[in-house]
Amino acid sequence: MKGRKLKYIVAGGIVVAALLGLIYSGVKESAVYFYTPTELTQKKDSVLGKSLRVGGMVVDGSIKWDPQNLLLSFQLTDGQGTVFVRHKGTAPDLFKEGAGAVVEGTWTPDGYFRSSNIMAKHSEEYRPPTHPETLESKKELFKSIMKESKP
Amino acid sequence: MISTLGGFTLFLALGVTLYGVAASVIGARAGREDWLASSRNAVLAHFCLVTVAIFLLEYALVTSDFSLRYVANNSTRGSLTRYKIAGLWGSLEGSILLWEWLQSLFAALVVARYSDRHRQLMPYVQAVLQGISVFFLLLMTVAVNPFARIFPIPLDGRGLNPLLEVTDMLVHPLLLYLGYVGFSVPFAFAMAALITGRPTEEWLRITRRWTVVAWLFLTGGIFYGGWWSYRTLGWGGYWAWDPVENASFMPWLTATAFIHSVMIQERKRMLRVWNLVLVTLTFSLVIFGTFLTRSGILGSVHAFADGPVGAMFLAFLALVLFFSFGLVAYRSDQLKGHGELDSIVSRESAFLLNNLILMGICFTVLLGTIFPLLTEAIRGTKISVGTPYFNRVSTPLGMILLLLMGIGPLIAWGRASLNNLKRNFLKPILGALVSTGILYALGVHQAEVLAAFFFCFFVLGTVVFEFVVATRTRAKTMGEGLLPAFATLLLKSRRRYGGLIVHVGVVIAIIGIAVSSVYKVEHEQTLKPGESLSVGSYTVRFDGMAAGERPTHILVWANLMAFKNGKPLHELTPGQRFYPNQQTPFASVDARYHWNEDLYVILSAFERNGSSATIKVLINPMISWIWIGGVIILLGVIVAVLPERRLALLAVGARTQVA
Repeated sequence: MKGRKLKYIVAGGIVVAALLGLIYSGVKESAVYFYTPTELTQKKDSVLGKSLRVGGMVVDGSIKWDPQNLLLSFQLTDGQGTVFVRHKGTAPDLFKEGAGAVVEGTWTPDGYFRSSNIMAKHSEEYRPPTHPETLESKKELFKSIMKESKP
Repeated sequence: MISTLGGFTLFLALGVTLYGVAASVIGARAGREDWLASSRNAVLAHFCLVTVAIFLLEYALVTSDFSLRYVANNSTRGSLTRYKIAGLWGSLEGSILLWEWLQSLFAALVVARYSDRHRQLMPYVQAVLQGISVFFLLLMTVAVNPFARIFPIPLDGRGLNPLLEVTDMLVHPLLLYLGYVGFSVPFAFAMAALITGRPTEEWLRITRRWTVVAWLFLTGGIFYGGWWSYRTLGWGGYWAWDPVENASFMPWLTATAFIHSVMIQERKRMLRVWNLVLVTLTFSLVIFGTFLTRSGILGSVHAFADGPVGAMFLAFLALVLFFSFGLVAYRSDQLKGHGELDSIVSRESAFLLNNLILMGICFTVLLGTIFPLLTEAIRGTKISVGTPYFNRVSTPLGMILLLLMGIGPLIAWGRASLNNLKRNFLKPILGALVSTGILYALGVHQAEVLAAFFFCFFVLGTVVFEFVVATRTRAKTMGEGLLPAFATLLLKSRRRYGGLIVHVGVVIAIIGIAVSSVYKVEHEQTLKPGESLSVGSYTVRFDGMAAGERPTHILVWANLMAFKNGKPLHELTPGQRFYPNQQTPFASVDARYHWNEDLYVILSAFERNGSSATIKVLINPMISWIWIGGVIILLGVIVAVLPERRLALLAVGARTQVA
């Protein structure tokens, strides 16, 4: 009886140890450090090549979009530090100037952050119902496209 | 008016529920039938009151009564009625009310069904279920009142997030809530069994069907959520290891472990403590997941607001854990099992390992989800682990599970002889080897895909083998045809064969997951009208932008024509939706879905004058297999839980009618 029980404990122990090893290596390989723009501007070259996440507000008027090369560039700020970000590809739905965003990627020696993933944050706070002018501006957009796209 | 009435109804329900808990405990302890009868009435009264509350809120939502804060935040005049109704579970307060209503409904169903049969257990089952309701009612009366007023009363409400104004919103959350609430029933029976000092196999047998059905709802909710995400969110994926997804996945893992280990306890009377732990963990993880996601502690996309809600959930979780593990410890002398494990090569061991792996995945997911919190608490820096971590750790574990899925149902109980192993597994292994070899010859060379396919073929092989052997044996001994023999086999041991069908569904889904994630192709390009892009065997031509007004939004879309190998295939119109209340547009993806490959297109950006558009194209091979697998799982569970007697009665009835 005793020997049998021991056998199970040993077998279970091996499985658990393997599991923990797997988790440890998984964490080690994919740990992503989270910095604010201020922290990143201080650390800079000490974090070259590390996977990082930087969160902040997208600076007003900083978004530039180059449709031919699919290059998106903008600045992220936390009020003190500001980081230049370049991203290959388009941004997710809720990404906009003045809103929060988290970018994932690496710091480059050329002084900008190369983002591989943008995560836009959206808030669920109560917002007062529409101002009439925003709807108007969307109608305008609608008209301009209709005009241009119709032969 | 509605605000006062609703608040009062909830308050009354809280009083009735507290009384119900007390009455059932007093009645059980004193053996007073009058108290017990009164406690059952309290359960029904509680259900009626919460039903009134939910009707009041729905009435306010449908009639756009914006004097209620909740209605103003989750509804708008212009919405279709069904989305006004769905506003009930659009955010926190209403979701809690819906949860509590389902909780009260389930308590009423349990009372109606079992109160004459399980006289010792039932008072405490009621007490536990009502106790859970007390928490939710307290939550609503103290912290998240769905009937709170707003002043000044807005002219129009804010409406649901446009992402939620789709028919899926009417299905996915309900499935999940039904699953979540469903697990409170086996939990309540387990606790009642411990309180009354009968923690043997009785509670398992009573709640078996509840557990499987709750599991089905949770599984359905998870699959449906993935399907919804894939078809409507503009990123072409179905699972992102988002905290909310993880929150539904963790109880699913423990529930799956529970469904399997129950079989060992029923057969061998072992693992009594383990099963109590699993049912407690499942229920606790439901609460914990809600805490994680509703407290805003992790900052997930799904998260609602901050507030005292998080603290209350945490306190309730602590109470549940303390209460249930305290009871297990208190009854530990009665929980000693009788059975012993005979050999490592046995069905018991396969099931034990399956449980260990499922718990391992659950731990992995839990750790990954709360990792930023842990590192911030311990080291002061926020370190997160994303999708790579989850994939890296769960893939090998999933492979082992897959292997066990083939071994478990066929290996002998007790001690498997070499002969048993050879007879059951030789052919499936050979079949899997040959099939995988054929795939290799056809050009599949990724090691992980080959491994996944090998295990999948192995499981399918064992299932087919089992069906063929059993059908043949029956046909021979009973002198029936093959088809009738197969049908009676399915009917006679539906639990077993239903389970095997579920396994087939899981295998199909895993094939879909493996192939679509490894062979996915993604391409993004900016096109002028008339230009095309090519990706794989597809060519996509951009024919220009267009726009139109929709009832709730303005839709801007790109006219695309897709070709496969030069032949016209399908018109595609991916677009962006502009809502008056939202500052950024929402994607409106388009795709050509096909059983073996989806062509999925997203309009990521466009020039306002229509001179160019940036199109993202994804080729997702075999992704439909995931949804097909989900449907097969559903069928399997239906086979497994159909009530045996009722079917027999139907059959008898049909026969007498014919006669």
